[in-house]
Amino acid sequence: MSLETRPKPVVDNWNRPFWEAAKEHRLLIQRCTETGKCFFPPAPVSPFTGRPKWEWISASGKGELWSFVVFHQNYFAGMKDEMPYPVAMVKLPEGPFLLTNLVDMKIEDAKIGMKLSVRFAGGPQGFVLPQFGPMEA
Amino acid sequence: MTAPPDTALAAPVISTPWALRDKVAFVGIGTTQYGNFPETDSFGLGCDALNQALDDAGLRPSNIDGLIVNRIPSYERFAEMMGINPQYCLLTETPGRFSGVSMALATQAIATGAAKTVALVYGNNGRSVRMTYGGGDSQWSPWGMTSPGAIHAMMWRRHMHQFGTTHTDLGHVSVAFRSHACLNPVAVMHGRPITLEDHANARPICEPLKLLDYCLINDGAVAWIMTSAERAKDLRKPPVLLSGYARQDAFHYGSAPPDDFWYPSLSACRSVYDRAGLGRNDIQGLGIYDNFTPTVMFSLEGLGFCKQGESGEFVRGGTLQLGRGRWPTNTSGGHLSDSYMQGWGIIAECVRQLRHECGERQIPNAQAMQYICATNIAQSAILRRAA
Repeated sequence: MSLETRPKPVVDNWNRPFWEAAKEHRLLIQRCTETGKCFFPPAPVSPFTGRPKWEWISASGKGELWSFVVFHQNYFAGMKDEMPYPVAMVKLPEGPFLLTNLVDMKIEDAKIGMKLSVRFAGGPQGFVLPQFGPMEA
Repeated sequence: MTAPPDTALAAPVISTPWALRDKVAFVGIGTTQYGNFPETDSFGLGCDALNQALDDAGLRPSNIDGLIVNRIPSYERFAEMMGINPQYCLLTETPGRFSGVSMALATQAIATGAAKTVALVYGNNGRSVRMTYGGGDSQWSPWGMTSPGAIHAMMWRRHMHQFGTTHTDLGHVSVAFRSHACLNPVAVMHGRPITLEDHANARPICEPLKLLDYCLINDGAVAWIMTSAERAKDLRKPPVLLSGYARQDAFHYGSAPPDDFWYPSLSACRSVYDRAGLGRNDIQGLGIYDNFTPTVMFSLEGLGFCKQGESGEFVRGGTLQLGRGRWPTNTSGGHLSDSYMQGWGIIAECVRQLRHECGERQIPNAQAMQYICATNIAQSAILRRAA
């Protein structure tokens, strides 16, 4: 698996819980406690109020394929073996979008609007990357 | 993430006449050759462009009391090199949306008396240093997501799904701008015409986008000199006035590609007509920020040249092509076929059109030109030839 040679995430004080949870195969996002709306990437405050009033929640792990691209140009040495590779924009039912990869399916079968679910196959050393594949029937 | 419901992008306050309407003029324009020039750098290129702009205006460095530099690493060193000690000076951020922002800042500085005559200098040696505009660490790099091209590819795939547009629609943009480059003897792609088939069969870079949907990275520099409309009358060239400028930012996309093609913020920029006191019928040509072909489509839809989703149909039949359509756009060849000078070259071309200096690619009787930039800092400007 070349997931091990993927670029490592930039870990900061706000997204550290997200990456720790991913190792345990949980998808964490922040929820604004005043509006109930979720947001991502992790931040010190809710973008809906500007206040540091939020909580971590476990997302359902479901998503809908909003759009996708296929990279033919390589920008990362550690991803050379994966060329060409897809990147998907997935809309979570909780609200936020994630940029992620499509796995366990052929890119030819990707259809905007299709239902997806999260996978935790692996990642660069010390990390697990949430990726998405077709929702099991 | 979606926009908070209380985020109003209609910005009614900017629909009123602009306090700076026709107050400031472009009086000097300089552009270097664009290509691969490892023997110089962004400083050397910037000095070359500024000297051309000074000669164009009939000014000397000592006449410059305001300086804005962009993509040149140090304003201090650049000012030291050119012997300029201004009373107003800054370096603006590197994305191309800052060409228009820099223009607005210079206009504000001149109108408020912070400076009388501002030199704006852009210098980029991206080609010789093999700038890739992708890679490096970011929020999404572990998933391999990187580059502005990929963001636009993501948006265009969604646009095709949502509105039924196609990759071929983008070809009409590429072909029109290439035909302009073939009329511009100094364009990088001069003498290399392309067809819709060439566009369709080009190497994929980040699908759905292919090579001919991408702009051209080169070394080069552009300089503009701006001063008050009053002082402009005494200078060498016919003054070109900044009649109107509108801007609306939208930063709520959660660091992902926007899910709305910047349509609300671009729509807010339609106030540029009220601000300039000019309507669409008063305008002969367009300068549209074309880092990738889809931004041209988003710009045309956002500013209301066609309905949202109908840009594909709109550009068919040569609408953007000089001599064929109503809206000749990016007559120099633009970023796609002249060079990616990040909006600086496109605005320079608008000024040259309004001075009637464009030779074979001249838009007949150009009196006003509109600039549009579709990014998270959405902008539009209208420039006109002084009566």
